Amino acid sequence: MDSESFRRGLKDGIPIALGYFAVSFTFGIMAVSCGLTIWQAVLISLTNLTSAGQFAGLEIIAAGGSYMEIALTQLIINLRYCLMSFSLSQKLPRDCAQGHRYVVAFGITDEIFGISASQEGRISPYYNYGAMCVAIPGWTIGTLVGAVSGNLLPGFVLSALGVAIYGMFLAVIIPPAKHSRAVLGVVIGAMAVSSLFAYAPLLNQVSSGFVIIITTIVVAGVAAVLCPVKEERHES
Amino acid sequence: MNHNVYIYILLMAGVTYLIRMLPITLIKKDITSSFIRSFLYYVPYACLAAMTFPAILSATGNTISAAAGFVVALIAAYKEKSLITVALLACLVVFLVERVLVLL
Repeated sequence: MDSESFRRGLKDGIPIALGYFAVSFTFGIMAVSCGLTIWQAVLISLTNLTSAGQFAGLEIIAAGGSYMEIALTQLIINLRYCLMSFSLSQKLPRDCAQGHRYVVAFGITDEIFGISASQEGRISPYYNYGAMCVAIPGWTIGTLVGAVSGNLLPGFVLSALGVAIYGMFLAVIIPPAKHSRAVLGVVIGAMAVSSLFAYAPLLNQVSSGFVIIITTIVVAGVAAVLCPVKEERHES
Repeated sequence: MNHNVYIYILLMAGVTYLIRMLPITLIKKDITSSFIRSFLYYVPYACLAAMTFPAILSATGNTISAAAGFVVALIAAYKEKSLITVALLACLVVFLVERVLVLL
């Protein structure tokens, strides 16, 4: 047990948990308004731990879509975790036990990945456990509170909460973009490509899950060719 | 047609976990290819940027309040404020702008 890493993970996980609370709160409200019970809403958050996928899943459940449709939608929207998991496989110590990998995998979210990817050198799985120990309750309890109290909140409060998750994303990607022109190029390039998919005729027919996958692969691929990252990792 | 909510939930959770679990458990060797390492380094930035824009513009009651939230979040993130500060500032601005728009 690496308690130093665990404590650092806990500390870095707190802002994530607070941000999650705001977003999952909205999810809880929507789940109940779609006809799910409070318990079902909480169960989805506890077992899925993903924002975009859960909101999309909710729409399909409400519409009575097929099991195949819900599985495929999750696959497409959450395929980015596959890339993050791949990246994290290089970040854990090489001799990291298989059991740790199964547990760390459950906590691969955009934000937890973001903080572990920004650590210098290799990371201890306990760093991720620390972050998961606050982020997962934040996400789950937020859902519970939203599901219980949702109907009490006026619409303008819900509207304001809608930007919370995007604010979090920006807080993850903008600071590194300030310090690296390559990352800045990737951020601007990805926003431009996804805008093209949103507004250009024909391209705007592509579903949002696919847009994210295509944009990520194209922009990160081009950046990797044009600006290869120099070997600056400190091996530990 | 009646679908069981718990089967929906099981499918969502199962697919999502498999996506997260397979690469990290199957790939143990260091990747030496400079292209793949660089690609993986850029993935989170490309992915989160693509998810944020232009989706943020339709995240609230109207485009004007959403755009205001976006600009303020950009500035706060540029000043390297914490995740929660950036998120709450964006929410606050959306709230204020929508109040002002109602008055106009």
